[in-house]
Amino acid sequence: MTQQPLGAAGLVIIVLMALCALFAQWVAPYDPLTVDYGAMLAPPSGAHWLGTDSFGRDVASRIIYGARTALAIGFIASFLGCTAGAIVGVVSAYFGGKTDLIIQGVMDVLLSFPIIVLAITVVAVLGNYVVLGIDVNLIIAISVPMLPRVERVVRASALAIREMPYVDAARAAGYSHVRIIFRHIMPNVVAPYLILLTAFVAQAILAEASLSFLGLGVTEPTPSWGLMLSGAAADFYQQAPWMIVFPGIAISLGVFAFNLFGDSLRDWLDPKIKL
Amino acid sequence: MLRFVLHRFLMMIPTLLGVAVLVFFLLRLMPGDPVATMLLGDAGGANISKEMIDSERARLGLDQPLWVQFFKWFGGVVQGDFGISMWTGKSVAYEIGIRLELSLQVAVMATILAVLLALPLGTLSAIFKDTWIDQSIRVFSIAGLAVPSFWLGMIIILLLLTYFSWIPPLTFTPFFQNPWENLSQLIWPALAVGYRYSAVSTRMMRSSILEVLQEDYIRTARAKGVLERLVVARHAMRNALLPVVTVIGLEFAFLIGGLVVTEQVFNLNGIGKLFVQAVARSDFTMIQALVLLVSVFFVLVNFVMDLMYAFLDPRIRYR
Repeated sequence: MTQQPLGAAGLVIIVLMALCALFAQWVAPYDPLTVDYGAMLAPPSGAHWLGTDSFGRDVASRIIYGARTALAIGFIASFLGCTAGAIVGVVSAYFGGKTDLIIQGVMDVLLSFPIIVLAITVVAVLGNYVVLGIDVNLIIAISVPMLPRVERVVRASALAIREMPYVDAARAAGYSHVRIIFRHIMPNVVAPYLILLTAFVAQAILAEASLSFLGLGVTEPTPSWGLMLSGAAADFYQQAPWMIVFPGIAISLGVFAFNLFGDSLRDWLDPKIKL
Repeated sequence: MLRFVLHRFLMMIPTLLGVAVLVFFLLRLMPGDPVATMLLGDAGGANISKEMIDSERARLGLDQPLWVQFFKWFGGVVQGDFGISMWTGKSVAYEIGIRLELSLQVAVMATILAVLLALPLGTLSAIFKDTWIDQSIRVFSIAGLAVPSFWLGMIIILLLLTYFSWIPPLTFTPFFQNPWENLSQLIWPALAVGYRYSAVSTRMMRSSILEVLQEDYIRTARAKGVLERLVVARHAMRNALLPVVTVIGLEFAFLIGGLVVTEQVFNLNGIGKLFVQAVARSDFTMIQALVLLVSVFFVLVNFVMDLMYAFLDPRIRYR
């Protein structure tokens, strides 16, 4: 903690955000969906700390509930993308040869798309599919671009581990490929995996905000930081700047916290990894 | 060297072929039918008969088997013909051409901004490692990774509106028509996307200089009494620059990602906006061309970077 002050600061913000997201019902002063035409575009005040939007909804409450959307999508997407990427990376390194060549070819193709371009294309292809209030296809769209980026880093680590004597020993003992991959190699790439997982939560929060801003992500009335910046917010630049300022601060702070924490985690676990 | 260049060049082909195949078949899985989107979208489907949709599909070649469609399209692409936009009816190359200048200019301006910030800041940060200078530059650059470029754009517009009553212009002035007006229009979006870009490059510069400072030749230079200023400027910076140039090149290729969202905010009619519109309208030919354009650019930048590495470091050529 004392050696990594920036990382500790990141962790504190993450914990606060997570608490807000978990206990949104008790933390938020208003219901995020309640429309109040009497209080439309009200500036920040004692009643509404961060003002209200064009429907009279409380901005602070929407940001607090928005943390739920951001963290849920961020964590699930990052977990999916990193886990899939790690498995493919280890498999590619373990088998080597033709398998490796083909997998690397496919990864090269995926890598030549910018994250947001690939995510938009996947969202367009899959459409929206909401389960329990979470858009499954949006999560898939955000995690697909992570796969090749994680795969590369994990493959590099796994290549070194493949040459370790204990892997030879396991092979000589006649263990199956699946067992060697999951029991002997996977546990040894946990360090890069955890570092990437944290870093990509930040990327996922940013991607969710961008997609929602473009109208391709979370849909109204679900509170989402990116969505709060789109539509009406841009029409009331001067009348209601609080509609723009605060959700953006929330996005930046969230991404900032995960980046800080991820950076320190890397310095602590494995300084050689390039993110 | 020639063998290396040739080998590296031929390696680009399967990647680009993969991109073309992936994009083409991915889009055919899309639930929306471009013809239905176009014809039913505005009219609400009131006067559109099934026959009209069918004849339009036949006109665009959408009634043929997928593989025939693919080879027709790909055969054209190889000859430089990207087909007709399914939405506007004009050629895809024309639609992209009239918007490319704008996006490219913003990208170039953002790059200049990023380089001007990253080289001095990254070096300072590395030299004064773990002091307050380093800490504040690191916070500045980590913040650059956190602030969404579209939100930064909105905040810039908000400030300009409040203090200068400036509103984003409705039309774009080409540089050669009125350079001053052109620059004053585009500096703000360039700033919005350039901040993140400079943050990435600053971090790379810092870690690269820190790595180089560990090298033996730096110790030698110091031992023979070279001024610290010259050690950094002549010995460290030059050798640290290569990875930074790579990052700058790759980020440039990926700037389109930042522009996709930022162009919406500044109401710029560029490549990014075109892409979002094409997706919303299921304009397959347009999406294919744009994605291919970005990938070709990315792969080319990668290729040039590899050549530069090989040119500067002969060990790479013989691997």
